[in-house]
Amino acid sequence: MARLTVNGVVREVDAEPDTPLLWVIREQIGLTGTKYGCGIAQCGACTVHVDGAAVRACSLPLSAIEPGQKIVTIEGLAPGADHPVQRAWAQLDVPQCGFCQPGMIMASAALLAQTPNPSEQQIRAEITNICRCGTYNRVLAGIKLAAEGGRPGRG
Amino acid sequence: MGVTARSSRPSRRSLLGGAAAGIFTLGFHIPLPAPADAATLGAAPVAPEVNAWVVVRPDETVVIRIARSEMGQGTLTGLAQLVAEELGCDWARVTTEYPTPGQNLARKRVWGDYSTGGSRGIRESNEYVRKGGAAARMMLVAAAAKGWGVPAEACRAEKGVITHAASGRSTTYGAVAGAAAKMEPPKDVVLKDPKDWTIAGQPLKRLDTLAKLDGSQVYGLDIQLPNLLNAAIRDCPVVGGTVKSFDAKAVAGMPGVRRVLQVGDSAVAVVADTFWRAKTALDALPITWDEGPNAAVSSQTIAATLREGLDAEQAFIGNKAGDVAGALKGAAKVVEAVYGVPFQNHATLEPMNATALWTPERCEVWTPTQNGEAALAATAEAAGLPATQCDVYKIHLGGGFGRRGATHDWVHQVVLIAKEMPGTPIKLIWTREEDMTHGRYHPVTQCRLRAALDEKGALTGLHMRISGQSILAAIAPQRMVDGRDPVTFQGLNPGGPEAAIGYTIPNLLVDHAMRNPHIIPGFWRGVNLNPNAIYLECFMDELAHAAGQDPLDFRLKLMGNHPKHRAVLEAVAERIGWRTAPPAGVFRGLCQTMGFGSYVAGAAEVSVSDAGDLTIHRIVAATDPGHAVNPQQIDAQVAGSFVYGLSAALYGECTVKDGRIEQTNFDTYPVMRLDAMPAVEAILMPSGGFWGGVGEPTIAVAAPAVLNAVFAATGKRVRQLPLRNTDLRRA
Repeated sequence: MARLTVNGVVREVDAEPDTPLLWVIREQIGLTGTKYGCGIAQCGACTVHVDGAAVRACSLPLSAIEPGQKIVTIEGLAPGADHPVQRAWAQLDVPQCGFCQPGMIMASAALLAQTPNPSEQQIRAEITNICRCGTYNRVLAGIKLAAEGGRPGRG
Repeated sequence: MGVTARSSRPSRRSLLGGAAAGIFTLGFHIPLPAPADAATLGAAPVAPEVNAWVVVRPDETVVIRIARSEMGQGTLTGLAQLVAEELGCDWARVTTEYPTPGQNLARKRVWGDYSTGGSRGIRESNEYVRKGGAAARMMLVAAAAKGWGVPAEACRAEKGVITHAASGRSTTYGAVAGAAAKMEPPKDVVLKDPKDWTIAGQPLKRLDTLAKLDGSQVYGLDIQLPNLLNAAIRDCPVVGGTVKSFDAKAVAGMPGVRRVLQVGDSAVAVVADTFWRAKTALDALPITWDEGPNAAVSSQTIAATLREGLDAEQAFIGNKAGDVAGALKGAAKVVEAVYGVPFQNHATLEPMNATALWTPERCEVWTPTQNGEAALAATAEAAGLPATQCDVYKIHLGGGFGRRGATHDWVHQVVLIAKEMPGTPIKLIWTREEDMTHGRYHPVTQCRLRAALDEKGALTGLHMRISGQSILAAIAPQRMVDGRDPVTFQGLNPGGPEAAIGYTIPNLLVDHAMRNPHIIPGFWRGVNLNPNAIYLECFMDELAHAAGQDPLDFRLKLMGNHPKHRAVLEAVAERIGWRTAPPAGVFRGLCQTMGFGSYVAGAAEVSVSDAGDLTIHRIVAATDPGHAVNPQQIDAQVAGSFVYGLSAALYGECTVKDGRIEQTNFDTYPVMRLDAMPAVEAILMPSGGFWGGVGEPTIAVAAPAVLNAVFAATGKRVRQLPLRNTDLRRA
């Protein structure tokens, strides 16, 4: 049994130590907002926060999580989905199919927590998540809008 | 085991931000197995439908039924706008739901075609969905009028409120919905003139955004049912190959494993309590394949076959005018070039998946599909049951792009697995690797273009010989016409409302030597319009240079009879500043085409560094779709089209070695990311009078606009895609 703190709740999970955190979150804990897209840390659909930093959960084994580390998924990013990034996304109607967006939002929230007013160049360099529908320009605008809309707290 | 089998229905989406009443309720629920009957669509409270398209609940919520599939393109919102426009309801109270394909079957296809491809969602159903909304409005008004004992003509409806001005009485749609359901449907329904639209035509927010922001949107990948087991599958890496043997015992004792089984002739699956355990066991499973007759095929052998087709005598004719051979013979100058495009994978970010529950009496499937009816047919066939004993629950798609419409190979697989485990729901998820190597690929073609120019540099003749794969021959042979695949000629047709060439060329021949490799092709967003626009529009650029003319002027001389093609081209030329010098080091290209009923043009500004690195600074794109239902969603489709089109043009290539696709994931099949994304300025210029699609046509102008700009920057013609295989450093 491993013990994980996910969205502020301590969970006991029974999974092999090499099970990627993504699948523990989806299958053992039952939070399906975090998506599987590639399994090799390429697409970022599985992005969650571990102690505030964006990580690609598909390539992080359960055994790599240390006791007490705080894991936050899209479901726990902000009460009422009221994070500045989520508000900006709603305002700009960013998602198309939406499958990449939990990861995109988590990556953007982590970026803003580190760098509250990122330059466009920083955003382009830091947000490497794949969106096949092609929402990138609204993502870019959304991050800028969220940055203007106040200093977000760490997820 | 730590598996949590949720036994409850997934909860209805929570509203964001403590939203007050009157905000959209996002009405999709995920049906549990064996719904009681077709009348209980949607969530409680159950209200009678006014007609097939409209339900008004007592709380004034208006449920609009949507037959087409939402996969990001916004059709759900657009179709709802069209119904709501005619219904005259309060848009803030609109919610939507999908009737199932089984319900459509039981009700004699009352919702029409479910197919969501070819950018047809709105353009082919707009009339009957609007009539559905209008008829419902007339029935609601008639019911109120009847209750008051006044003529219906004396009443009017607005925002869900019906008033009889003479008596000062009013009521609401919700109050009379029950009575309206019993009214005779009207025979004559008059639709609004689009210029009077107040809901349709407006840049409204999407209905499905909020659930996509907090993880609550359920995709096929996320389906949870009581006692559900998970499956991972491996199909023979070579199409046409079969399973020779596998050693189930080797993995039977691994954690969570419940079954190891062959699926059809060519695949093996592991069923386990979790997907990760199923996949882990499958990775460890020894499988021997009989790779069959295609194991020696490679990209090189395919290219050689296509090259042979460039000179073949037999070819299907797509467009013919005058005498091309004569024009070439009498030309002052002949220009010739050969272009080619590789296979492309759709690479939807959500891999193929489906959940199936089979019993001897009934089979149900939950899956993201672009065509619920085709998914139902695949379900019935694999289940060995009549379609009336099956149903499919359509789940929002994590991308479609054509992969999830014409063939439902993954549905077939999951039903075969579920059939081996009666009564247990089975969720099959393809790994990205399975998805990359078992696609329905954008077809591979080459094209040789030969043009005749006269002494003044005017284009007098053009022969386009396309050699390569036919989509229809592989996956829809019933749509072939006398052995010919009409889709091959998209954008090159002599006329018609769908995909006509935008130039008048006195001597023209467009023909197709069909060469079909074993790799299975499919409809890939933009379909054959993509390569055809690259071939024609890059070659037009070549001809302009050969003639010593400006690429815009050269085209315009041929476009006198094609005012709508011309209008979009001129619009992008003007916006990008074609007649003025670009900034230092920046170079421009432009192009136009017509497809999926819409006229589109693109222009690009690029620079290429001394190291040969390409930067796309700016894109301008113009679209004339006839009628525009939601301008802000069209804007999103146009911008997204450049991502899809440029991903392929710049990076994308599925190559074949030993009969199999070599690329297995996004590390070997790179796609565009934010760092490379140019600014996109979309010009929407709906000229009215026709209905064109917007999900696909713009993709076709992405590549040629950029490739022509790359030529302007480097003097290099990229004729074989993707561009990354060409060294762009100046010689």
